Amino acid sequence: MKKIAFLILLSASIMLVSSCRKSGCTNPDAVNYDPGAKVDDGSCICTSTSGPTPYQLQIPATFSRFLPPPTIPSDNPLTVEGVALGKKLFFDKRLSDDLTQACASCHLPSQAFDDTNRFSIGIDGLAGTRNAMPLFNHAWNTNNKFFWDGRANGLEEQAFGPVVNPIEMHDTWPNVVSKLQADAVYPSMFMSAFGTSTIDSVLASKALAQYERTLISGNSRFDKYLLRQISLTPSELNGFSLFMSESGADCFHCHGDANNPLWTDNLFHDNGLDLTYTDLGLGAITGNPSDNGKFKTPSLRNLVFTPPYMHDGRFATLDEVIDHYSSGLKASPNVSPLLKNVATGGNNLTPQEKADLKAFLLTLTDSSFVRGH
Amino acid sequence: MKKTLYFMKKTDNSINNTLNLTIKPKTMKKTLIALSALTLIFSSCKEEEPLTPKTTDTSTDVNFVFKQYYDGYEVTAADFGAKQFLNAKGTSHTISKLQYLISDITLHKTDGSEVNLGGYNLIDVSQPLSRFYTPAVQIPEGSYSGVSVTFGFDGNDNKDGAYTDLNAASWSWPMMIGGGYHFMKFEGMFLDNTSTMKGFAYHNGTASKMNPNGTRTAEENHFRVRLWDANGGFQVKSGERMTIDINMNIAEWFKNPILWDLDQYHMMLMPNYTAQKMINQNGRSVLSLGNVTSPTN
Repeated sequence: MKKIAFLILLSASIMLVSSCRKSGCTNPDAVNYDPGAKVDDGSCICTSTSGPTPYQLQIPATFSRFLPPPTIPSDNPLTVEGVALGKKLFFDKRLSDDLTQACASCHLPSQAFDDTNRFSIGIDGLAGTRNAMPLFNHAWNTNNKFFWDGRANGLEEQAFGPVVNPIEMHDTWPNVVSKLQADAVYPSMFMSAFGTSTIDSVLASKALAQYERTLISGNSRFDKYLLRQISLTPSELNGFSLFMSESGADCFHCHGDANNPLWTDNLFHDNGLDLTYTDLGLGAITGNPSDNGKFKTPSLRNLVFTPPYMHDGRFATLDEVIDHYSSGLKASPNVSPLLKNVATGGNNLTPQEKADLKAFLLTLTDSSFVRGH
Repeated sequence: MKKTLYFMKKTDNSINNTLNLTIKPKTMKKTLIALSALTLIFSSCKEEEPLTPKTTDTSTDVNFVFKQYYDGYEVTAADFGAKQFLNAKGTSHTISKLQYLISDITLHKTDGSEVNLGGYNLIDVSQPLSRFYTPAVQIPEGSYSGVSVTFGFDGNDNKDGAYTDLNAASWSWPMMIGGGYHFMKFEGMFLDNTSTMKGFAYHNGTASKMNPNGTRTAEENHFRVRLWDANGGFQVKSGERMTIDINMNIAEWFKNPILWDLDQYHMMLMPNYTAQKMINQNGRSVLSLGNVTSPTN
């Protein structure tokens, strides 16, 4: 009897605690108001007669100091409502034909919005031929070219593609629009964000692009070092020196530097992977043979979360990447002139130099970025 | 502008103080006159406050167009990686990248005075729009003999990390060899003396010399060139938009006064003091004034 009373008391306590902790939107004026929610989780979507509310990006201190303002298209300004809508779409599996995959299925927040698989598997079980790209700091992609081969002009165009790609979400935009239009919440959210409850693919892509522009990573140990908040180890500093030295590893010409904390030039290069090309990359888009084998320079931030590496995910570890640049370079037809000693495979770094370079690269890890999404 | 703001603030305080006074009927008329006068002064000041640099009807816009040639052949991005060039030493090479920085453009009048336009422009041949530069400053009408430009940044302007657009373009010059910014990135492939294709990266910026104790001493490495108009000068008339072509003969980087040997100098030129000074010397003949066009020239 005492046991039964104890169990009842325990259950009641659990229910009480769980009901107290239920989170959701607690604003009665919001379209997604949850009467049962006790803790506001910041998800409220409010309509406004005065139009959407401008969204203020949280720009890291190193970005404010060294970089131009983010590139926001004039026809798609960031708004609180647009970003919230984009976030909901990004995680919504209804964007795929069989309702099994969202954008976030291959761009995992825990992996800096990258995929752990070498090739992402689409809804039909088909694998692509390129490794998914991580998503962050795209608001500073000043040349506005997206994907490994630069085929998308702008984030809006990039966001448009995966939904209809037959080896990815394999749906059609009219079908996706129908699903969203029939939803209880989406029409109101589109109304809040864009002033119309009539959903279309352009507005959905704009919302997705808005959300992607809010994915900002600028809080690594190296950022703190630049802000003079911490010191780096001798190994990390030597690695940075090698990174910046033309006679050392010479990574900075393509991968940024202390004044370019994006750690990418956002341009396209042939980095000497193969003697002959099986994937033309940028060249397939421009039609210019001298662009064959060129792929977009990825950011070096958050490498710990983004293996495997290269456009085709051929390297499973960071050590393999460093080995490639040190001694594995191939004299591919359009190999970047910035790569030294291609005939001998590279600059042949010593084991200690490789270790130091890796130590520096890991200072670009921003764990708060993956925890925050 | 600072002075104007200060004056405005003082005026506001004066008005507040005046309004806080108890105004007697006898002095009402005088006070009203004083207030009217103050209002008149205040409003006239506002009207005269310049919001933008004042333009006069005796000045005009000037557009600079940067063009690149290889001994008479105009080079565009379409040639990158595709066309073979032959340098003065007889070495065959391609071009895959050509970017360079021009700053502090000055126009010289025939009376000896100068119009400094300031600013800078990063030309990237693969980005056609970057070849056009319109300074914010308008130029006064008159008779001009030519133009001066700085190739790169001079010591005052070459401040590490100071220009956000150049930072984002990965244009920085490593601090360990002097810091600041690149002045040029000129890259391509060449056929070496063993008939093997090799890359070259002819990069220019601050020169730094290795000291016996392992430290480095940096040295400014920009150069300023005076470009004369081939026709003896040009006229600027008010309201007539000017276009001035500044041409680069890429071949000059390899021949004058130093016959460049790509086999010897093709890589790791940035920390190479001798190479940087050689680039500086050869650079002085690469730029020239091209067509100057306007409705009257």
